[in-house]
Amino acid sequence: MSLLTPNPGLIFWMLVVFLLVVFILAKFAWKPIIKGLKDRENEIQGALDLAEKTRAEMIQLKSDNEKLIAEANAVRDQILREAKDAADRTIAESKDKAAVEAQKMIENAQAAIRNEQQLAVSKIRKEVATLSLEIAEKVLQRELKDKEAQENLIAELASSARLN
Amino acid sequence: MYIYIKRFFAVALVATTCLFSVPASADEPTQHEHEKVTESINEEEHKIEHKLEESEAKFDIGSMIMHHIADSHEWEITHGVVIPLPVILYSADRGLEVFSSSNFHNEHHEYNGYHLVHGDSEQIVPVDESRKIYDFSITKNVASMLISAVILILVFTSIASFYKNNKNKAPKGFQSAMEVIILFIRDEVVKPNVGPKYEKYLPYLLTLFFFILINNIMGLLPGSANLTGNIAVTMTLAVLTFIIVHLNANGHYYKHLVKPTGVPVPLLLIMIPVEIVGVFMKPFSLMVRLFANITAGHIILLSLFGLIFIFQSFVIAPVISLFALFLNFIEIMVAFIQAFIFTLLSSMYIGSAIEEHSHADHGH
Repeated sequence: MSLLTPNPGLIFWMLVVFLLVVFILAKFAWKPIIKGLKDRENEIQGALDLAEKTRAEMIQLKSDNEKLIAEANAVRDQILREAKDAADRTIAESKDKAAVEAQKMIENAQAAIRNEQQLAVSKIRKEVATLSLEIAEKVLQRELKDKEAQENLIAELASSARLN
Repeated sequence: MYIYIKRFFAVALVATTCLFSVPASADEPTQHEHEKVTESINEEEHKIEHKLEESEAKFDIGSMIMHHIADSHEWEITHGVVIPLPVILYSADRGLEVFSSSNFHNEHHEYNGYHLVHGDSEQIVPVDESRKIYDFSITKNVASMLISAVILILVFTSIASFYKNNKNKAPKGFQSAMEVIILFIRDEVVKPNVGPKYEKYLPYLLTLFFFILINNIMGLLPGSANLTGNIAVTMTLAVLTFIIVHLNANGHYYKHLVKPTGVPVPLLLIMIPVEIVGVFMKPFSLMVRLFANITAGHIILLSLFGLIFIFQSFVIAPVISLFALFLNFIEIMVAFIQAFIFTLLSSMYIGSAIEEHSHADHGH
């Protein structure tokens, strides 16, 4: 069968042409094509990685922002609380102070009143004593003159003394 | 086929001359002459009929098919349209000789001491039988191969320039069409079968795939050569794969041939020859698979077309044409499948020979 006997001439040309095709395509076609494909794959992979990274960064940034806001809120709250505390304290202090002052003033007033009272009492006592002495003097002067007039006078004096 | 055509022409020529001679001889009033002419016409007609019958009976489908699938020293695109191809001969005494194959177009198919023998396939033999010649002619197959090589180089270098010029841009047009196939071969065929060192073998395997594919498809065109259905071509491809496998095979592969793992010593007597036969069976199967598939496809198609000429019926011809159309689609599929299988098996053979680790082989 001539179909099954390879022709040496054809084998020769086949070898020459096929090897030439392999070398030419390997150098001028497959190398740039494979490189291009690989570059593009790397590019796509790089872009995907970058997107992933950016997303992670965004999430990080977002959480950072949230943290910052939370911190700021906390600080604000603290400041407010402190301010309120300070105000409260001041108010309380001034209230206390006012109360103390008022108390003191009342006490002073009371003390003054008491002093005045004592003074007045002592003055009255002195007056009463003087008055009594005068009365007694007058009585003693009149006793000797008239017994009836004496008694009237004592009653009169006594009533007038009580009024005082 | 030529000879029949020539006969047809001869018959037609004789018939027309006879017909034209009828009115010419009718001018002659002689009854005798007239009878003579009629007789000669009858005789000629009889001859024509006889020859027609003969040529019909002699339509040899086998030789027609062989003629179409075999190599030739000239490219016969269709009957009468023949491109002569250069004949290149080398002999020790005459050196290199180059001449056109059209020189053999004479009665004895002889030129310059060489004889073109038409058998199952054409062969150039020296008239002086003691001489030894080597035939390096650009035959139909070689010419077809050169065309396919030029197409491959033009197509893939132009695609490569796309990658160079439009770096990191989306592929478009023909580039994306080819890219799908290139990526398929790289990712589905070469990478999983050859293993991590696949890049070294990728150019060969890609070229192998596209060379077989383009020649399979070109072989389906009417009037084209049957290159991948030629055993010399498939043998060269298989031997190249064999050489690449055995140049790159590691020690483990060779050790495995003489001492397969897990085989008892007495069995080695059988196993070693089996392993060694296996080594040669792999390229042999590659060679035969491609050759047989493509040649069988061509034979089936040509047989169908031959049926049209055997039956010579207007009813049968369209039916057969539909059948042939269907088979042509199958042949296009086979063109892809065989290119794919040759590449796949080559990758597997390379992969099994360069495999690093040492578990049981699966290349058989």
